[in-house]
Amino acid sequence: MKKIVLSALAIVLTLGAFAQTAGERGLEIAKAAEKADLGFKSSVVTLSMTLKNKNGQTSQRSMETKTLELTEDGDKSLISFNSPKDVKGTATLTFTHKIGSDDQWLFLPSIKRVKRISSNNKSGPFVGSEFAYEDLSSQEVEKYTYTFLEEKGSLLLVEQDPVDPKSGYKRRIVTYNKDKGYRIEKVDFYDRKNALLKTLSYSDYKLYKNKFWRAATFNMVNHQSNKETLLKFSNYNFDANLTDDDFTQASLKRAGK
Amino acid sequence: MKKRIYKLLFAGILIITIDGIYGQEKSPVSHDFELEIEGEYRYFYNDGLFTDQKNHFPSIAFRPEYTLEWNKGYESINFTGFFRFDQDDKRTHWDIRELYYQKAKGNWELSIGLKKVYWGVTESNHLVDIINQTDQVESFDGEDKLGQPMVQFTYTTDSFGSFDLFYLPYHRKRTFAGKKGRLRFPVVIDKDDLAYESGAEQWRQDMAIRWSHFFGAFDLGISHFYGTGREPLFTFDSSGNINAFYPVINQTGVDLQITHNAYLWKLESIYRNADAQDFFALVAGLEYTFSNIDGNGLDIGLIGEYLYDDRDTLSLNGLQNDLFFGSRIAFNDVKDTSILVGGITDLESSSTIFSIEASRRIGQSWKAEIEARIFSNIDANEFILSNFQNDSFLRFSISKYF
Repeated sequence: MKKIVLSALAIVLTLGAFAQTAGERGLEIAKAAEKADLGFKSSVVTLSMTLKNKNGQTSQRSMETKTLELTEDGDKSLISFNSPKDVKGTATLTFTHKIGSDDQWLFLPSIKRVKRISSNNKSGPFVGSEFAYEDLSSQEVEKYTYTFLEEKGSLLLVEQDPVDPKSGYKRRIVTYNKDKGYRIEKVDFYDRKNALLKTLSYSDYKLYKNKFWRAATFNMVNHQSNKETLLKFSNYNFDANLTDDDFTQASLKRAGK
Repeated sequence: MKKRIYKLLFAGILIITIDGIYGQEKSPVSHDFELEIEGEYRYFYNDGLFTDQKNHFPSIAFRPEYTLEWNKGYESINFTGFFRFDQDDKRTHWDIRELYYQKAKGNWELSIGLKKVYWGVTESNHLVDIINQTDQVESFDGEDKLGQPMVQFTYTTDSFGSFDLFYLPYHRKRTFAGKKGRLRFPVVIDKDDLAYESGAEQWRQDMAIRWSHFFGAFDLGISHFYGTGREPLFTFDSSGNINAFYPVINQTGVDLQITHNAYLWKLESIYRNADAQDFFALVAGLEYTFSNIDGNGLDIGLIGEYLYDDRDTLSLNGLQNDLFFGSRIAFNDVKDTSILVGGITDLESSSTIFSIEASRRIGQSWKAEIEARIFSNIDANEFILSNFQNDSFLRFSISKYF
């Protein structure tokens, strides 16, 4: 009897796999991950960044990130630097868009100037780190095409190909954990020549508001240069009740005081 | 007079602070103190055109900053001080760059006190930027400003952009280089020798308004200033005597940037109207950036701007019909190394000014800068610039942040 059930199940699963292409399953997983994180509304978090070169020498950055969740379009975010002290007060305001390029402004505290900057440079490094601008921007479903690769226990591996030709990557392989609200455990980045460039590992996950998984540690390793960047997130606050008024050019200048 | 306004301001801010902090005991108060100490050396490698001008200018500057925040950061007191000790006694100066109380609520923001405000988009000249007086002795590029007493009210709307209203109760005069200093005229100008057109002198109550908005790739600002101008007006009688004063002006400005892929298209333009002088000026240009060229973050930007000024040779900065070309190189490395090289050349004469500015962080809390300004083939007919023809200089500075 058990045998019959198992083979029936196998048939159903096989049929299911035929009914749904790898592309459809990949997209479905990305959407499930997006849905699982819906409704956080806004968050404030402080983060410290440790840059390590191939000789093991390190340097530090610290900053605060405010995020406003939007559903009809991409999220808004405001990042302000606390250290190194010569760049203290430098801040960026980003309006991500699901389709098309993002809007981005930079505040320079020494002369109090707000500059609209091109978001063309997605593949460039963020403040000398191993994170590219595109690694830190809001991850919208529309920015990739998807291929489901394999299932390993609760882990789902999906290949994501950037839609934007300005991306520095040919593809990313993202590992989702379907039992933990589709949180991401690991991302492998392949450069334009399809060689493995970087691996980003997420750890020290914590569940906030019984719904939102946030990793306290991001570790990005560049396999080609042997450099590393470690991000440590602390003091996650989902109760700041931020609104659009906290993501204007006036608030960008305030953040950069 | 300067002292009196600072005292008043300080007392006012103190009252607001005490009220603010004790009125809202629940929300935590945070404060932060920073200090930058900068050692600087300027070397003018040609002897001065006028007597007493020195060649070597060692100097030291202090920039303390203090911020007190409460009400989740929506209310704050902000202070930035400045003191420089220099070879040129006019460049030895202090200033309160900022000392203001700020409150933000929903879509409005109010600031009261001494503050710095920047308007504009172009790189080679800053035409529309008019709120603060330029700290002329501090730097050649005019980007250092004196703290301006103001009440600023900002109102941001969703669909109609942002409105900034300024009440500016006090005018601050520009300081000119002293006898030993460079980048000056044959006659040493004492700032107190400059008169005001307005009978109220520095206490003329001035106003300014700016509207700004962005639509997709467009960032647009329109501004109007009515009050005592920041630039003194120089007039000459038939026997060649200079009469310099601060006129009452109306100035309307437009700034526009179009950000399209790697292109930034920029325009700034002003029309200034005073009893003694009307003029129009414009800067227009573009910046194109080749980004992440080496896959390691190297960005090379090319900048070209055209400058026009109706005042012709009387334009204080000598930018009457000129072309600026430059390149911004950013390494995006751990040390934030960046270089800006450029030149402004007069389309009607041989006069050219070359410049290099480079900076790099050292360790976690030091920063080094190099600057060079080279006056090349300055035309003897350049009314203002010809005085600076021997004033090419190199500047080195190193800052420590505490």
